[in-house]
Amino acid sequence: MQIRRIFLDKVNGFWMVFSMITILIIPFIIGVGLYLKAAPLFENQSLLKLIFSSSWAPSTGEFGFWPFITGSLYVTLLSFLFTAPVCLFAAIYLTQFSSPGLIRVMHPVIDVLAGLPSVIYGVWGILVIVPFVSDYAAPFFGTSSSGYSVLSGGIVLAVMCIPYTLNMLIEVFNTVPNGLKEASLSLGATMWESVKHVVIRGNYPGIISAYGLGIAKAFGETIAVMMVVGNMVNTSGNPFEAAYPLPALIANNYGEMLSIPMYNAALMFAAFLLFIIILMINLFFRYLIHKTKRQ
Amino acid sequence: MELIETKTNNKVLASKQIVSEASSILRVKDLNVFAGHHHILKNVELEIPRNKITVLIGPSGCGKTTLLKCINKLTDLYKELKVSGSIFIDKDDILNTDTNIPALRQKMGLLSQRPYPLPVSIYKNVAYGLKLKGVRDKKLIDFSVEKHLREVGLWEEVKNRLNSPATRLSIGQQQRLCLARGLAVKPSIILADEPTSSLDPISSKIIENLFKDLTKHYTIILVTHVLRQAIRLADHVIFMNDGEIIEQGSPEILFKSPKTEQLRAYLVDGN
Ligand SMILES: Nc1ncnc2c1ncn2[C@@H]1O[C@H](COP(=O)(O)OP(=O)(O)OP(=O)(O)O)[C@@H](O)[C@H]1O
Ligand SMILES: [Mg+2]
Repeated sequence: MQIRRIFLDKVNGFWMVFSMITILIIPFIIGVGLYLKAAPLFENQSLLKLIFSSSWAPSTGEFGFWPFITGSLYVTLLSFLFTAPVCLFAAIYLTQFSSPGLIRVMHPVIDVLAGLPSVIYGVWGILVIVPFVSDYAAPFFGTSSSGYSVLSGGIVLAVMCIPYTLNMLIEVFNTVPNGLKEASLSLGATMWESVKHVVIRGNYPGIISAYGLGIAKAFGETIAVMMVVGNMVNTSGNPFEAAYPLPALIANNYGEMLSIPMYNAALMFAAFLLFIIILMINLFFRYLIHKTKRQ
Repeated sequence: MELIETKTNNKVLASKQIVSEASSILRVKDLNVFAGHHHILKNVELEIPRNKITVLIGPSGCGKTTLLKCINKLTDLYKELKVSGSIFIDKDDILNTDTNIPALRQKMGLLSQRPYPLPVSIYKNVAYGLKLKGVRDKKLIDFSVEKHLREVGLWEEVKNRLNSPATRLSIGQQQRLCLARGLAVKPSIILADEPTSSLDPISSKIIENLFKDLTKHYTIILVTHVLRQAIRLADHVIFMNDGEIIEQGSPEILFKSPKTEQLRAYLVDGN
């Protein structure tokens, strides 16, 4: 009996360590693999030029990734600007002000939104957001647009990320004990002041990590964005024009145009860049969380 | 039992005063609280004498905390609770008014079962209520922070780390901090819900002695499960069971010759 218990203890310990190591190693293997596949590209061009050059002419061997990097960042940033306030206020309302009944109704709604495949968001974007941008938004700002634009990409991406970020924020805010709110209220704070000081300030690390995960997810999102963003190399910075994010570049071209030399390596390099940028986003948010936790 | 005897002898005078003064600061009439079909408080009627310690006793789950939450309207936070009846503080029925509830709550300091320091520094915890009141004068706030931290015997322990997070204090220190920050808004009533249940004997003693001093300026409503503490501190006692007020009156009568079998059983089990 005793031996069996000790044996099980050891075995389970082994499996835990094994699982953990697997999880740690996979990203490393992917990163190294992508790098090796992209390596031929570095033979004729410097890394700096690859990243910061804007000229994209694969047939002549010119691979400048800058438009794709900025395109990705731009769409992600726009979506974040839409998502962040909406999710924050919705999560506060749902956890602090609404009746328990509303939360019971909202939870399945949020879960359905989170579970929809992204191609559905893409179709919805084409049917609703693209015409909205070309027929209303662009004329409103005195310009014209086909609708397939950074703005459409940002909106669709925001709608996709809202349930994801919202769920995380709800989890964070639910951890605030009622006693803390009661303490703040009993000291004479209004409900909103209590929310500000206790629910928001007290949870900066949690809010930041919810946003960070949301951004990282938005940055790598492919299909839905690709369907509405226009997919044209462009660095104008005009949200009513098309852009070409990194994931769309890979998804659109991988396995094709094999006749062009280095094209495959270039796509691998795009994937590698995506990998590195997402890693950097995560590290940056880790750092922010660490800083706010210490205060 | 000896404890009760000596205490009651001292208390006879005091209780006569309560009756003769008959000045109650707070009156509850016909208070009912429901959570769905669960009748939590049933036709509660009571009076709280001014500048005295009223001790609220009763078995777990009888509705003591809920009663305190009604008194400073924290029941608003719980949508599932339906509250009806009236609670008069100096003639104002606070249950049936919408006038400035935050100001009303500032008239009552709350000390909960567990300390809940706000997620800010020690200094800011004490300054919190003052700032909400609109006090901006830094000197005045500094003065008040020191005064109230001294009052609860915490100043010497924390004066060199006023800016460190309040959550790093020990539980006993946190509870005293919560009392200090409550006193800083100058309430007239202190609602204390088992304030010493998570404290060591020494910290408990500090709080108890403090309560005795505080009755000069404050009215205290104290919930406690510690009968000895109730006997030590009570000027007035309310015994609840299952959402109802069973007995209320002076401690010598309630503790020495309880009228109801319920209170008698509670006192016997408690000792
Ligand atoms: N928000 C709520 N929703 C539903 N029921 C509640 C709620 N708050 C309190 N109750 C119920 O009301 C009853 C009284 O609770 P309360 O916390 O007032 O008891 P108590 O006398 O303070 O007990 P204790 O001595 O253990 O602290 C309990 O049965 C509790 O389950
Ligand atoms: Mg209680």
